[in-house]
Amino acid sequence: MRTVFKTSYDADINLFRHGQQAAWYVALLVLAVALPFLLGTFWLGEMTNVLIWAIAGMGLMVLVGQTGQASLGHAAFLAIGCYANVLLQDPVGLPFILSFPLAGLIAGVAGTLIAMPMSRLHGIYLGIGTLALAILTDDLIVIAEPITNGVVGLIPPTITIFGIDIDRYMTPDRFYWLVLVVAIAVILIYRNLLRTPLGRSFSAVRDSEVSARAMGVNVARTKAVSFGISTAITGLAGALMGHFAGVFNNETFNLIISIQLLLMIVIGGLGTIHGAFFGAFVVALLPQAIAISRDIVGALLGGGTVAIPGLESAIFGALLILFILFEPMGIYGRWFKIRTYFELFPFYRRDMFRRQKSYLKTERMR
Amino acid sequence: MSALLEIDNVTLRFGGVTAVNEVSFSVEEGEVFALVGPNGAGKSTLFNLISRFYDPVEGDIRFAGESILSRQPHEIASLGIARTFQNIELFEHASVLQNLLVGRHRHRRGNLVTELLFTPFVRREEKRHRDAVEKVIDFLDLQAYREKTIAGLPYGVRKVVEMGRALAIEPRLLLLDEPASGLSVEETQDVAFWIEDIKKEMGITVLMVEHDMHLVSSVSDRVLALADGKMLALGTAHEVQNHPKVIEAYIGVSDVNEKVVA
Amino acid sequence: MDVLQLAISGLANGCVYGLIALGFVLIYKATEAVNFAQGDFMMLGAFITLGLTNAEFMGLPFWISVPIAIAIMGVFGYLLDMFVLRHMFGQSQIAVVMLTIALGFVLRFVAGTIWGHEPKSLESPIAGLDVRFGGLVLGLDEVSVIVVTVLLTVVLYVFFNRTKLGVAMQAASQNQLAAYYMGIPVKRVHSMIWALAGAVAAIAGVLFASKGSIDPSTGLLGIKAFAAAVIGGFGSLPGALLGGIIVGLIEPFASYYIAAGYSQIMPYLLLFLILVFRPHGILAQIHRKKV
Repeated sequence: MRTVFKTSYDADINLFRHGQQAAWYVALLVLAVALPFLLGTFWLGEMTNVLIWAIAGMGLMVLVGQTGQASLGHAAFLAIGCYANVLLQDPVGLPFILSFPLAGLIAGVAGTLIAMPMSRLHGIYLGIGTLALAILTDDLIVIAEPITNGVVGLIPPTITIFGIDIDRYMTPDRFYWLVLVVAIAVILIYRNLLRTPLGRSFSAVRDSEVSARAMGVNVARTKAVSFGISTAITGLAGALMGHFAGVFNNETFNLIISIQLLLMIVIGGLGTIHGAFFGAFVVALLPQAIAISRDIVGALLGGGTVAIPGLESAIFGALLILFILFEPMGIYGRWFKIRTYFELFPFYRRDMFRRQKSYLKTERMR
Repeated sequence: MSALLEIDNVTLRFGGVTAVNEVSFSVEEGEVFALVGPNGAGKSTLFNLISRFYDPVEGDIRFAGESILSRQPHEIASLGIARTFQNIELFEHASVLQNLLVGRHRHRRGNLVTELLFTPFVRREEKRHRDAVEKVIDFLDLQAYREKTIAGLPYGVRKVVEMGRALAIEPRLLLLDEPASGLSVEETQDVAFWIEDIKKEMGITVLMVEHDMHLVSSVSDRVLALADGKMLALGTAHEVQNHPKVIEAYIGVSDVNEKVVA
Repeated sequence: MDVLQLAISGLANGCVYGLIALGFVLIYKATEAVNFAQGDFMMLGAFITLGLTNAEFMGLPFWISVPIAIAIMGVFGYLLDMFVLRHMFGQSQIAVVMLTIALGFVLRFVAGTIWGHEPKSLESPIAGLDVRFGGLVLGLDEVSVIVVTVLLTVVLYVFFNRTKLGVAMQAASQNQLAAYYMGIPVKRVHSMIWALAGAVAAIAGVLFASKGSIDPSTGLLGIKAFAAAVIGGFGSLPGALLGGIIVGLIEPFASYYIAAGYSQIMPYLLLFLILVFRPHGILAQIHRKKV
């Protein structure tokens, strides 16, 4: 077990708790940067996908994990970011280096505007409101056919940054690095959020709106800001998703994606950056895992391999049910327990993390 | 001495029930003022009126001479009014330190951009807030619980943390809603000492709701008794306890000569 | 006549939405859980009836398979609460929402595996027949949907106000702790509520399947019904039916008077407006947290 001897308030403010922790994360970063030299094109593409999902997951995590506001419609903001980024490049003619941050900004502003009338809504009402938003966005993309090309969809152009071409298929390694840079930037912003008054006001709103108000937190404004930051990050992820997909239409960002995004961060572990990444690994790699196991089963049984429709989301759903019932803190929670076990060895106690059983937590009377 | 808080002829109704009925009193700068009365007398409702959670039907509430009725609930803290809650409303999933730091929200000087970029200014601000919070932690002897999450803390500690969070606001007026309810005799004694120090050393005016008459009579300068939303008696703890109307409200008959020992 | 025809078919659709919404509200009122899989309950109820009735599966008479399907769904609801949802006590509302969304995924997969993913029609005796009122020709299926919904509403009303179990359910939903102290077995009552919601979903499923074909993704209809429940006022049983009927009526009229593409949007647009201007629905029941 490690005891950190703190000598200044900086120890609680800095990004890493101690040198060894920093060393681990630097090692992880080196590995992430070197990944294109270690993996083939296919798996590099899969890893790029994981990173994009993780960015989207962090976006939603700010809202759900930090501020406690559930959104069942975040695919709408993926769509806004994606369409804004591509449309700003093609008809408008901006370079990616401008269209990309602008796409995030537009998604963020859209999120803030939508949050304002909805800030009075709680829990399930907010959920259904955002759900309606996702469905409306899907339909609006079809209706706005002259701009969005409707169900036919759009093809994002090749990205050029300072004369360097970045394309998902031609230069997958460069595209991966681009995504990695964005992911790291988002992680840093997220970490900064957690250690400032802004982040604390988010968790204050999450845990008790009444007392947040009594502490001088403007609850409606805080929710709107949280929505804005969340949807801006999600918009960035959407822009990357468009470039990754190669072609996209209204179906690319349907309701199922919204729900999958939410399920993903619950499986990963609510309220933590780790959770967004763990969840992204599950979502992005599950189809491959199923395909591989199907091949193995097919080879063992000597029969052909048959695709089973709906299997992927069913496994995903079953996983989620198991996690909610047995490990509500998600993969991060399990990981944390295992880590604690080794850190404290041999002093770990089984009921160290036992949940407090409480009577029904009413959310009706807020 | 001047009136810091003035409750001026305030009335509040919920449907047909008059929760607060034409109540008027003023809290002087630097005193400890206690509200007593049976359950449902309207004490906590008065707190919620001052916190602007409810709008009074009639009357005015003034703080430092200015009406607060045009203020939003979240603006009350920045005026310098802090409060605790009867049923403890802490941020359950955050540490004690984080909870106290939320209390510093009114002193926030960074903005969205500087905070997300964590500029050196924001870091200096963080240290300033931390300094202020550490003073509160020292004052209330919370050092041992600094890093602990609220969800796992015993009731008595939570009560103290909530008081600490209100102190972190650095208020001029502190509203304590039943600071000693559910506490042991020793813990209640601690609360009495703290309230004395809050008044004398920090110069903070205290308005509290409390049932424990020992605590009330040992710390408060003036006491107001309420029943059914109406004012019964105002004076020192001794005067109020022996007021016939108060005795009637607690015991139910008017011509009793016994003293109330609550 | 056109308008009347539209109104009747809208009303019939609305009744199905209303019945699903009723399931949402039943569960929400009693347990504060939001069952996002209620639409999939309906789908499952429809498929169980189909599986029992249709010649390619079991080929039982329609009037025998319907009560069996209702009973199966009731038991399913009861067991689901007993083995899964009861353990969610004390967890946040959103955790339950996630759980039931995930459950919907699983149910859709199960239904697709058993009965296939292609649209199927229930061999129902009320499908394809007409009734005549004067000059008006109405589908028997649509008329029966409306009639059954009205009957069910009456039965539920009597159940909640006249029977011991119904009153216990009301008590448990108004104040759990008090109900518990009064000797009402709150946990068992919760399971009964889930059973009731399952049974109502099965009835809605049979009615829906009588009007057209069903496939596993029919369960997604639940989202629209959920919108209906919120429009009507989540937490109010008449509100749920009212919301369902409003949504059912809006759709055909929007596609008739505006454009076909807009009929999808209208319910959600209405929902959005309701949430902004009357956040607790048309028949609202507002509570405030006491501090």
